[in-house]
This record gives sequence, structure tokens and C-alpha cells, in this order.
Amino acid sequence: MTGIAERPGTHQVEISDLNFGYGERPVLKGINLTVPKGGLVAIMGLSGCGKTTLLRLMGGQLQARQGSVRVAGQELNGMTEGQLYAMRRQVGMLFQFGALFTDLSVFDNVAFQMREHTSLSESMIRDLVLMKLNAVGLRGVQGLMPSELSGGMARRVALARATALDPSLILYDEPFTGLDPISLGVIGRLIRELNDALGATSVLVTHDVQESMKIVDYIYFVSDGVIIAQGTPEEIRTSHLPFVHQFVWGEADGPLPFHYPGLPLPRDFGLSAAGG
Amino acid sequence: MMGSLVRGLQNIGDSALRIIERIGAVVLFLGQILGHSAPSFRRFSLVIREMYYAGVQSLIIILVSGLFVGMVLGLQGFETLQSYGSSESVGVLVALSLMRELGPVVSALLFASRAGSAMTAEIGLMKATEQLSAMEMMAVNPLARVVAPRFWGGVFSLPLLAVLFGAMGIIGGFLVTVVMLGVDSGAFWSQMQAAVDFRHDVVNGMIKSLVFGVAVSAIATFEGFEAPPTAEGVSGATTRTVVSSSLAILALDLLLTAFMMKGWN
Ligand SMILES: Nc1ncnc2c1ncn2[C@@H]1O[C@H](COP(=O)(O)OP(=O)(O)OP(=O)(O)O)[C@@H](O)[C@H]1O
Ligand SMILES: [Mg+2]
Repeated sequence: MTGIAERPGTHQVEISDLNFGYGERPVLKGINLTVPKGGLVAIMGLSGCGKTTLLRLMGGQLQARQGSVRVAGQELNGMTEGQLYAMRRQVGMLFQFGALFTDLSVFDNVAFQMREHTSLSESMIRDLVLMKLNAVGLRGVQGLMPSELSGGMARRVALARATALDPSLILYDEPFTGLDPISLGVIGRLIRELNDALGATSVLVTHDVQESMKIVDYIYFVSDGVIIAQGTPEEIRTSHLPFVHQFVWGEADGPLPFHYPGLPLPRDFGLSAAGG
Repeated sequence: MMGSLVRGLQNIGDSALRIIERIGAVVLFLGQILGHSAPSFRRFSLVIREMYYAGVQSLIIILVSGLFVGMVLGLQGFETLQSYGSSESVGVLVALSLMRELGPVVSALLFASRAGSAMTAEIGLMKATEQLSAMEMMAVNPLARVVAPRFWGGVFSLPLLAVLFGAMGIIGGFLVTVVMLGVDSGAFWSQMQAAVDFRHDVVNGMIKSLVFGVAVSAIATFEGFEAPPTAEGVSGATTRTVVSSSLAILALDLLLTAFMMKGWN
């Protein structure tokens, strides 16, 4: 499990000993994770295990309780608001539910950052936006409002928007959900190409094991707030660790619980009371 | 018995503290808005756009209400003044009530329920659907890009709406008293012109509606920005905007009126 570069100073994202929780309940408990420059790394885990939370920590939207999060060598904990905003100019994020601006058209959504952060001429912006939309196959919907798009289309527009300014770190939160098989393959390849062509670094949160295995360099498995396995797709596929096997092949029985922790089933249905 | 009395007092104290805390939070938020206002003035088109949504779209309700209020004022004033034999002074009564009180206050109340609630709902929904988070991740501060333009749009719109409300009210009063009840048109206008003072009546009215505009817009954007990111959260925030803005308008009106009267003597 040494496939990923361990050379110091070449990591775009370095997370060490990270602890985080909402309120009392801890969500992440001692995460250690690195993403090398130019790498495409997947984070997988069951629903609710804290993947979105981890991405938000990388984007500086949440602050670690303990431990450090470094992006491009800079520690995020304790940054001022101004420093955070400066750091975010280099980061693109695809939100789990798209988060398109509902008061702007598809075109204006993709053009948003170009207008906010650059002084490009409108004709230049037009060319760039159409290029980005073309890459996700949606040049034809430039005039529509987000409410007129299907869920999968909105996700693809959000992808175009997230990469509008060619960021050096791209965070994808579930880019594959709600896509048909054809778009799935295209978007998967697009994520790989964006990564390689822009020289960007990407972090991909996903449930889609088979699709992401085709494109990523390295995979982290998160369960119950810790990283329980990691490796290259090859290593993961041939892994004999029971939970990795269970996750990759989608089996209900195994060490990973399908159920969120709670009372034992009979008690919730009041059966033990009736029996006793 | 004693216990319930103490508990009652505690509850009153609690709610008083909560209200004061909330006012403090709105004032702090207002400070933050002002701190992030520079981009709104550098790109004034953002504010113009919000003035369209807040102002132009409230026009119909403001104009129609102004007309009705003016008509009612005319009727009531005519009734009363006639018994003193001075029904021509009805123009003065209509104009002064509208300039000093009803114009600023009623238009602000209407504005709070038409535009303020919409502002809260829009910002709250943008938050609930992570649009504000997404904007933050694009290195654009939502306070500067979303909140400040809406705030200034509201602040600039309300005084203009109040003036239109007053103008419509005077037209309404004219229609009822002069056209329908036969008050002399010349007396109506000349007495009004003689009695209405630009500085004391018109300017003071504008100051009031400017203050109301700041209060309503600050409350509306605050409630939206701080709304819990759920459907109930947003609907609750919208209701709170209308209730707190209305109370704030009436309380501020009392304060301002007292200060302005003092200034007159
Ligand atoms: N704003 C919040 N306040 C309180 N708890 C939260 C909040 N957001 C997430 N959580 C909790 O934190 C845990 C991790 O949430 P997160 O959204 O990171 O999961 P996830 O791995 O992205 O799940 P999914 O795959 O379903 O998107 C969940 O148990 C959730 O209940
Ligand atoms: Mg998630």
C-alpha cells in the first residue's frame, strides 16, 4: 500500500490526525490522508460516514476540532477569512446536490466565477462557458434556468461550473449519482481528463465503486470516522479484507453495518416489552 | 401560587432578554452588511436589479393602497371638518397625515410583507439548497454578493415607494372630496400648499421611510441568512420577518416622531 507518493512537499492535500464532530457526536476520529499533486483520489464509505464533512473541511467551510488540514502546504485551521477566500480561488467544488444558483440561467451559473474574479471580456466568457458546457454535453441548455433541468443535467452543469476557472484542486461530492450509464462513463472520463489536462488534483467522493475504480489512482475507505482501508484500485479489487470485499461487491452481510446504530430491532417494535 | 408567579415573571424576563438579544444580533448583522457593501456600489447594477425586485414589484400594492388610504382620509376628514364649517381644510389634513405618518408607516408595513418576506424566503432557500455554501467555495462572499445588494435595494426603494404612496393618497383625497363631495378645488390645493412645510413634513417623512427601509431590509436579510436550512426553518423566518419588521416600524415611528416634534419647538 505504498502506491501513493510519500515524498514530502508534493502533497496538495495533507490531513493528519483530524477530529471533527457536529455538536457532541464525533463524526471523524483521527483521519490521516494525503492527496499527491496531480493525483485523483477517491474517498468511499457508507452513507453518513462523513465524506461530505471531510470535503467541507478541505474547503475550509468547517474547522477541525483537532489535527491539521493542509491544502497546497497551507494550514487551514486558524486562517483568517481573507486567507480562506484566497485559498478557495484555487479550489473547485461540486456539491452533492448541485447547488446551482436558482436565480441565474445555466450560462450565467457557469460564467459566475469568470465575472466575479476575472476581467475577461463578455465574448471571451461566452467562448469559455460554451466550451465548459460542451465538455459535459449540455451546450444546448445554456439558456435554461436550473429549475428546468433534470437532476442529472443539473449535476453536469454544476460540474462545468466547478471547473470554470481551471482550479488546481477539484473536490467532487458524488458526481455519479443520478446519471444514466452513458453520461456516467463520459463524466468519469471527463473527471480524469480534467485532472490530467489541467494538471489539477482531484478528490472524488463516491459510492460508485466500479466506475471510480476505472479512473482513480488511489482509494480511501472511511468507516465509523476512521480510515479502515486504502490502496490502489488493483490492490482494492484483490483485497481479502472482509469489509473491502463487502463494499466492493455490495454485500449486505459482513463487517460493515447497513443499519445506523440504534436500539435493537425487537425493542423498537416493542416486542421485548410484550415478551417480558 | 408563589411558584407560578415567579415562573410567570421568569418567562417574561426570558422573552425580554431574547428580544434584546435578537435586536443586538440584527444590529451586528447590519454592521457586517455595511462592512461588505463596497462591491454593491462598485457594481451598482446588482443593487438596481434588487431595486427592481423589491421596489418595482411592490408598486401595484403601494399605489392601490395609497389611493384607498387617501380616499378614506378624505371622507373621514370631510365628515369631521364639515361640522366645524371648514371642509376646505380637508386637503391640509390629508396631506399632513400622509406626509408625516401614513405614507412612511403604511408603505413600510406593506413593503415588509411584500418585499421583506420575499427577501427572507429567497435568501433562506439559497442557504437551504447550499447555494450560499457553493458561493463561498467559489471565493465569493455571500454577504457581499447576495445580502448587501438586497439590503441596499430595499433601503433605496422604500423612500421612493413612500413618496408614491403619498402622491396617490393625495389624489385619492382629491377625488373623494373635490370631485365627489364638492369641496372647492382651489381652496383644497392652496391651503395644502400653505400648510405643508418642505423641511418639517416632506423631509421628515423621507427620513422616517429611510430609517424604516434600513430596519426592514436588515431584519429581512438577517432572518433569511440565519434561517435553519429546512422548509420549516425558512417559513418560520419569513413569518418572523413580517412580525418583527412591523413591530420595529411602529416602535421606530414613535421614537422618530417624538424626536422630530421636539425639534420643531
Ligand atoms: N449540519 C449538520 N449538523 C449536524 N449533523 C450533521 C450535519 N451534517 C452532517 N451531519 C451528520 O454527520 C454525519 C456525516 O454526514 P456527511 O454528510 O458527511 O455524510 P456522507 O458520508 O457525505 O453521507 P452521504 O454518502 O449520504 O452523502 C452524518 O451522520 C450526519 O448525521
Ligand atoms: Mg455526502
